[in-house]
Amino acid sequence: MSEAVPLLEIRHLKTWFEAGSGVFGRGKGHVKAVDDVSFAIARGEVLGLVGESGSGKTTVGRTILRLIDPTGGEILFKGTDIAGLPQSALQRYRREAQPIFQDPFASLNPRMRVEEIVAEPLIVHDIGSGRADRRQRVVEILRLVGLSSEHMSRYPHEFSGGQRQRIGIARALAAGPEFIVADEPVSALDVSIQAQVVNLLHDLKRRLGLTLLFIAHDLAVVEYISDRIVVMYLGRVMESAPASELCRSPKHPYTEALLSAVPVPDPDRKGKRIFLQGDIPSPINPPSGCVFRTRCPYAIADCAAIEPQLRPIGDGHEVACIREDLS
Amino acid sequence: MSGTVTTPMTENRLLEVRDLTVEFATEEGIVRAVDDVSFHIERGETLVVVGESGSGKSVTSLAVMGLVANPPGRIASGTILLRGRDGAVRDLARLDHTALRQIRGNEIAMIFQEPMTSLNPIYTIGDQIIEAIRLHQGKSGREAFARGVEMLELLGIPEPARRMRSYPHQMSGGMRQRAMIAMALSCRPTLLIADEPTTALDVTIQAQILELIKRLQSELGMAVIFITHNLGVAAEIADRIMVMYAGKIVEAGPARAIFHQPRMPYTIGLLNSVPRLGIDRAAQHELVAISGNVPSPRDLPSGCAFHPRCSHFAPALCDGEIPPLETSAPDHFVRCLRWRDIAQQGSSEERR
Repeated sequence: MSEAVPLLEIRHLKTWFEAGSGVFGRGKGHVKAVDDVSFAIARGEVLGLVGESGSGKTTVGRTILRLIDPTGGEILFKGTDIAGLPQSALQRYRREAQPIFQDPFASLNPRMRVEEIVAEPLIVHDIGSGRADRRQRVVEILRLVGLSSEHMSRYPHEFSGGQRQRIGIARALAAGPEFIVADEPVSALDVSIQAQVVNLLHDLKRRLGLTLLFIAHDLAVVEYISDRIVVMYLGRVMESAPASELCRSPKHPYTEALLSAVPVPDPDRKGKRIFLQGDIPSPINPPSGCVFRTRCPYAIADCAAIEPQLRPIGDGHEVACIREDLS
Repeated sequence: MSGTVTTPMTENRLLEVRDLTVEFATEEGIVRAVDDVSFHIERGETLVVVGESGSGKSVTSLAVMGLVANPPGRIASGTILLRGRDGAVRDLARLDHTALRQIRGNEIAMIFQEPMTSLNPIYTIGDQIIEAIRLHQGKSGREAFARGVEMLELLGIPEPARRMRSYPHQMSGGMRQRAMIAMALSCRPTLLIADEPTTALDVTIQAQILELIKRLQSELGMAVIFITHNLGVAAEIADRIMVMYAGKIVEAGPARAIFHQPRMPYTIGLLNSVPRLGIDRAAQHELVAISGNVPSPRDLPSGCAFHPRCSHFAPALCDGEIPPLETSAPDHFVRCLRWRDIAQQGSSEERR
């Protein structure tokens, strides 16, 4: 990896939500959905972001896309901080950074034809000269994602889940972005269809030189597509490392437990399983010190007192755990 | 109708489904969601049903529970034989509502993917467990309460007596799923049907729940029909596996045989389309996607329903008649006209 400016870098990103505002609100405290998260994605890299529900991984993706306003920290895109820019100044960024969502049933307007859906970003960003040119571009993009021009005049409900996700991907690619945030892009699809979409994303990334933030809870899929993986828990980064390194020799107790919990399609596997006790704590009132300590089998008294910082342990591997004897 | 039958069923057999066909009336005509399905389960055994959307896996289990809504659905043909606690074998497909209610919850219990849809939000967990126990076992309120506490404790729920007074929304997803399992198991069923019970849960919670089901199964000696689309989960708990596609059983056999010597191209395709975690990059097989889409039950392909997506498709053969379920090895069944050729090809490049 070169030492050039990363395509995207977040520094000390915080996204907090007010807890209990609204009718039943007590107006106390914040949900620290994302709390002091930093990582960088090199050009052409696929960064996998994993964690369980409540880890903040989706909020990180949405904040990076500026669909949610950050509470603090920086979002550097090609070296420029876009965290504080007003929505009106984000037009260019929105062309270069595009989302792919989980649910291809909910994220496509049911009243629009495929051609209109895919052409919309072209119109918004004023790409192409006139209708005929845009239509030509739509045809090319559809072909790129494995659909054809005959699909253009159909409506989303006429397609299966996998095809709908292809339409979602086509829309994301229409404006020619460099950076894609894909949030659980295959988890709503049937198993036999998931591989089609994973392979498509992999292929598009190579052919178009895309940079991807791939957010998912399925570790096997994330390992397959990612160059590096960042593991989050309760709004914080626990560990980050090259994908195969992270999955084969995890150093953080949480990563270790998470990996051991993944069921493997082999009835003869006899891996030892680490059972985490209880559930993820409330993000309104996270544990002091290390947020994972309440479920950690290796926790010691100091874990309640010291907030662990990410520390490098070589080969691009970083871990946020004070038990240096474990890594 | 009494529903008592005399057709022999071997001693150890708890449930035997024979030639089950379930149809639904839709605007576009009759849709056959389950087509001529036969299977059985022994006492204490775990049968995993693997399938995707539209495979008929959930409708099969609903039929066993007598929960196919009529109309629009109906059991068009077939028998569902259950050996009761009293030793009598009954055909559930022919029992009336009252008789089915006695069996449902009492002898067969079911848990679902989303506990929130099966728990009533305006009653406490305790109220709901007590209701189940009183309804099916005719115990007093006090006895039922004690039994409920005992069940919650068995499921590893901390402070069970206090939890009996909690409402579903006050519990986390994992706790709710446990509460639902407690409710389902409170009458000590001989058969538990679990329809994707861990799909909505995080993997660490899923691991807890799977372990729990395994433990309870051995403690209570119940049989489990476990429905899932996740091959990893299937490998974890199955004694036998039954793969369904487009309303039919396409392969069935002992878990190890299904994973190591799969015979039906659809099963082989599924196994090749999921990545394996944490293995050497060089050993990681390339993800081979199954092309095409899951067919709609309204518009099934001719012959073998999988043929438009099959890499072994032979024109004029596979799209002709519907292949029979053949025995490929003892206790191993496959529905494919070409399974012998494919097995021969495969044996030269045997899976791990």
